[in-house]
This record gives sequence, structure tokens and C-alpha cells, in this order.
Amino acid sequence: MTVVSDIAVAPRDQLNHARALHWVLAVALGLACLVNLQVGATDVTLSSVLAKLAQGETLSQIERVVLFDIRLPRLAMGILVGAALAVSGAAMQGLFRNPLADPGIVGVGAGAGLGAILAIVLGALLPVWMIDRAGNHLVPFAAFLGGWGSTILLYRVSTRHGRTSVATMLLAGIALGALAGALSGILVYIADDRQLRDLTFWGLGSLAGASWAKVLSAAPLILLSLGTAMMLGRGLNGLALGEATAAHIGINVQRMKSVAILAVAGATGAAVAVSGGIGFIGIVVPHLLRLASGPDHRTLLLNSALLGATLLILADVIARVVIAPAELPIGIVTAVLGAPVFLWILLKRRGLVEL
Amino acid sequence: MRHWPSKIAFRTGLCAALCSTFLAMAVSAEQSADTPQAQADVLSIGGSVTEIIAALGQEHRLKARDTTSSYPPSVADLPDVGYMRALSPEGVLSVGPSLILTEEGAGPPEALDVIRAANVALVEVPDALSVAGILRKIEIVGETLGVPEHAAGLMAEVEADLVAALADAERPEDDKKRVLFVLSTQGGKINASGTGTAADALIRMAGGVNAVSDYEGYKQITDEAVGLAAPDVILMMDRGGDHGLADDELFAMPAVQLTPAAQTRSIVRMDGLLMLGFGPRTAQAVQMLNDALYAKGT
Repeated sequence: MTVVSDIAVAPRDQLNHARALHWVLAVALGLACLVNLQVGATDVTLSSVLAKLAQGETLSQIERVVLFDIRLPRLAMGILVGAALAVSGAAMQGLFRNPLADPGIVGVGAGAGLGAILAIVLGALLPVWMIDRAGNHLVPFAAFLGGWGSTILLYRVSTRHGRTSVATMLLAGIALGALAGALSGILVYIADDRQLRDLTFWGLGSLAGASWAKVLSAAPLILLSLGTAMMLGRGLNGLALGEATAAHIGINVQRMKSVAILAVAGATGAAVAVSGGIGFIGIVVPHLLRLASGPDHRTLLLNSALLGATLLILADVIARVVIAPAELPIGIVTAVLGAPVFLWILLKRRGLVEL
Repeated sequence: MRHWPSKIAFRTGLCAALCSTFLAMAVSAEQSADTPQAQADVLSIGGSVTEIIAALGQEHRLKARDTTSSYPPSVADLPDVGYMRALSPEGVLSVGPSLILTEEGAGPPEALDVIRAANVALVEVPDALSVAGILRKIEIVGETLGVPEHAAGLMAEVEADLVAALADAERPEDDKKRVLFVLSTQGGKINASGTGTAADALIRMAGGVNAVSDYEGYKQITDEAVGLAAPDVILMMDRGGDHGLADDELFAMPAVQLTPAAQTRSIVRMDGLLMLGFGPRTAQAVQMLNDALYAKGT
């Protein structure tokens, strides 16, 4: 990696630039939140509801349900999931020193997918009392267990004598992904048509199923994981110099690796569990920010959280208004909008992508 | 996902149908008491439910529909709230329904929870692939819409038509044609109906035998199994894209080439909702398929 010198002596003005970006992105996120609450399939708007509240009028039931039971939990989930995916992507790219790394690299995606498919296809075989208890939470719960479980397995496979080999983890992740894919294939084969439809939609991701219960079940884990990830900035910068050098400049490399992997598994596992497979945020957001303000992880991680949340909730606005009253899966929107923009930036800045 | 399943192919366990019947009865009893007014405030989800509403003369009360509702053609003008398994709660509420009538299996459950929280009545109409099942659907829709007398009339009519069509389609066991229902031929692979599907039920009602009885539901089958199934006739949905594969291409497929159907170039195409919807037009579907299979009147 040729970026080593850049990071070791990060230009002061670039760092200041990146810090200023915190504020810009925070404002952008705030604006995106307002747009998100203002626009939807119904003609309920944030402004009209606020005006009513200011005049002490009571809200109609539809206004209350749309704003407080549909849009707000959806917004909260969008922020959490967008931030989780983007920060996980940034951390993984730093840890693996590989620009293609995304949260899926630690096996979360494949494992969560397998868990979700298991729950969708075989959930009906569970004893009735278990289905009653689990209800709507069965698929998210299985997805989380699958994602988390596969990460732990990968971590165990690639750790010897207290040292985790990132390369082994990468390879084992590919093998594990293939295995999970094959098992999913078997389940797809025995699934009936409705289950297949559910699987397809799950794989495209959506925030449409957002509810306060889901937000509350995912929030603690995502916030804890994100908070932990924010403290990895200095360590990831050091790691960009290579593991040996990082150790020499006083970074506990092994501890950092395990913390990063667990944080990513937690954040992504919870995000994927509540929203399905939303692609592209984890790859695009960190790279956009590296192009904009350099590869310093001390600022990159927080900026990723802000930009990831902003982009996802804006994508959600598009997903729900473009074919209203029906709704597009959000994974389609992030890919359709994200991919061309990303390609355009790559073309414009050919040869400048560095970690 | 290698194959894209039909949105109107329904398989339901008898048990689930019974449970939801009782549920729907309870809800519908409550509903019919207080919503007899005739303004456009009904959201219909599911092709056969929409058909029944129209057949009951209540189409003017429809405010919106889902993607699977394609008959009568006039409903195409109504707003479409999307696919019934992936409803968006705000999208559904935005059309302002006071009553939602849905076929079994609408979702996701979280969306339904929010919709119920907005005090919109939601009645699920159970699905069953039989004459009794169709009549039950009509009865529930009629009660829910507060027009039980229309429903009774339609039920009598539909039942008479079905009984007549079934009697007409009845044939001796050794004289029945073997029918292979092909859902899609994506990637040169035949996706065919096994048992327990709407296609299987219709084939039997129309005096045919489902050529595939080794599995339940729709699955891709190997070329050799298609030959082994030895269908006399191939039945497909009549709509664009994959299903509209030209006859020549179909009969040139190695899997199909060996079958008796290919030798006689026997293929029947029917509208998907008409064939698989199990609504008021099923008698017509039975008759059409029976006529096509045994070349009556043509």
C-alpha cells in the first residue's frame, strides 16, 4: 500500500478538512431526516403535523399512525442500519487492508442469509408454542444468530495461538460463504412459492417492516458496536503500516482485530437482521469519504456513520415514493443510485483510490 | 434466485384454512353490522377477492387493489399498492381504505400490525382449492361488504355452474389425458406443478390427470423426469415473457421432445388468474380446459 506515508504524516489541513466534514455531514443528516419525515405515500407531512401541534390541535389518527408508528421508527431504523453498514465497511476495509472488503467479508451476510432462509422455509415446522412466542421476530432472530455465529466460526478458524490471520479469515470466509450458499440453495429448492417470494424480498432489503419493537431490539447492539468501532481509528491507521509496524508503534494488534471483528459482526448482524440484505452502502460510503477527505480512520469512521445514515434514509424516501402506493425494496435503490455514482467518481479520479 | 414463482399460485394447508375461516367469520360478522354504506373505501388484495367483489356488483366500492388483481380489466385503473406479500403500511394507508379485504397470505406481518393500529378493518379471506372453498370466499366477501343476499345469489349461480362444469368434465379414469402444467421454462429448465397446487386442482377438475405427482408445489424438474411424466398435453399460463415462449421453442426443448405432447404439438395456454385464481370464473376455466383437452366444440 502506497498510502502508508500519507497516513503516517497525515497532512494537517486534510485532517482539519475531514473534521469540518463532520459538521457538514451532520447538517446533511439532519436535513435528510426532515425530508424523510416530510415525504411519504400519504399526504401527511411533518410540517402540517408540527403546525397542528403548535396550535394545540389534536392529530387525526392517520397522522399519528403515519408519523409516529410508520415514519419515525423507519427513520430510526434507517439511521441505525445505514450507520452500521457504512462504519462496518470502513472498519473492514481498514482491517483487511483491502478496498473490496465489506461487512460481508466476515461471513455476516452469508450466515445471516442462511439464518433468514432457515427461518422462512423451516419456521413453519417449529412447534406451535414456539411460533406463537417468536412471531414476527423469528426471521430477524435467526438472521442475527446466523450472522453472528458464522463470524465467530470464522474467527475461531483463523486464530492460532492467540494470533488471527486476516488472510486465513478472508479465505475461510469464501469457503464458508460457498457452504452457506449451498445450504441456502437446498432450502430454496424445498421452499414453496410464497416462501420463495419472501426470500427474494428479504434479499433485496427493506425498511418497510420497521417498528419500534424492531428498533429497540437492534439499537442497543448497533450503538454499542458503533461506539466501540469509533475507538478503532488510531489502531486502524497503524495497521495500514502493516501488522509488524503497528505492533512496534505500540498498538495491540490482536486485541484490535478481535474488537473490530466483534463490533462489525454485532453492528452488521443486527442491521441485516432487521432490514434484510441492503448492499452497497458498506462499500461506497467509505470510499466516497476517502476520496473526499483522505484515508485517516480517526475521522473516516464517524464520517462514514453520518454519510451512511444520510444516504440510506434518502434512498428510503425514494423507495417509498417512486411507485407509491407500492414500494421498491431499498436494496434496489441503493444499488441503482449508488453504482453509477461510484463508477463516475472512479472514472473521474482514476488511479486515486487508496486505503 | 433461479426461478420467479407465480404470484397467483396458492397452496394452503387445510388446517390453516380452517383456522383463518373461523377468524374471518368472527371479524366479518362484526364488520357487516356497521359498514353497509356504499362509498369507495375498500382495498382489495388478491386477484380472486377482487373478482368476487366485482361479481357481487360492488366494484364501485373499490378504492385500490394489489398487483395480482387484474380482473375485471377495469380495476387496472385503480391505484396499485404493490405485491400482496410485500405491502408497505404507509402505501396502504395512503389510499385511505376503511376496509381491507385480502386473500390468505398478505403481509409482511409487521405491515399488517401497523395497518390494524390505524383502525382499518382487515378481513382475511381463506383460500381453498375446491368448490366449497370458492363458495366460502364469496360468502365471506359478501358478508363483509354487507351484501349477503347478493352473495347468496352469486353462490347459487357459481355452484350451479361449477357442478355442471364438473359433471360435464367427468370421464372414465382410463380415458383421462395426462397434463403437465409448466409454470416457466427459465434457462431451459422446466418448472412444473406437482400436487397440492391450484394448477393440480384445476387439471383434476377439468377431467385430466396431473402428469407429475412425485412432489408438492412447483419445482424445476430434470429433462428425463419430463419424459417420464409423459404428458399428453402441456398447460401454460398465457402471458408475456417467459410464459409466452413460442410453441416451436418449447417443443424443441430436449425435455419436451420425447413427450407425447410434442408429437401431437398439444399445448393449452390460459390466463393465469382465470386458471389459478379459484374465484367466480373457475367453472369457466374448468370448461375451457376440458374443451381444450378433449377438443370439444372446436
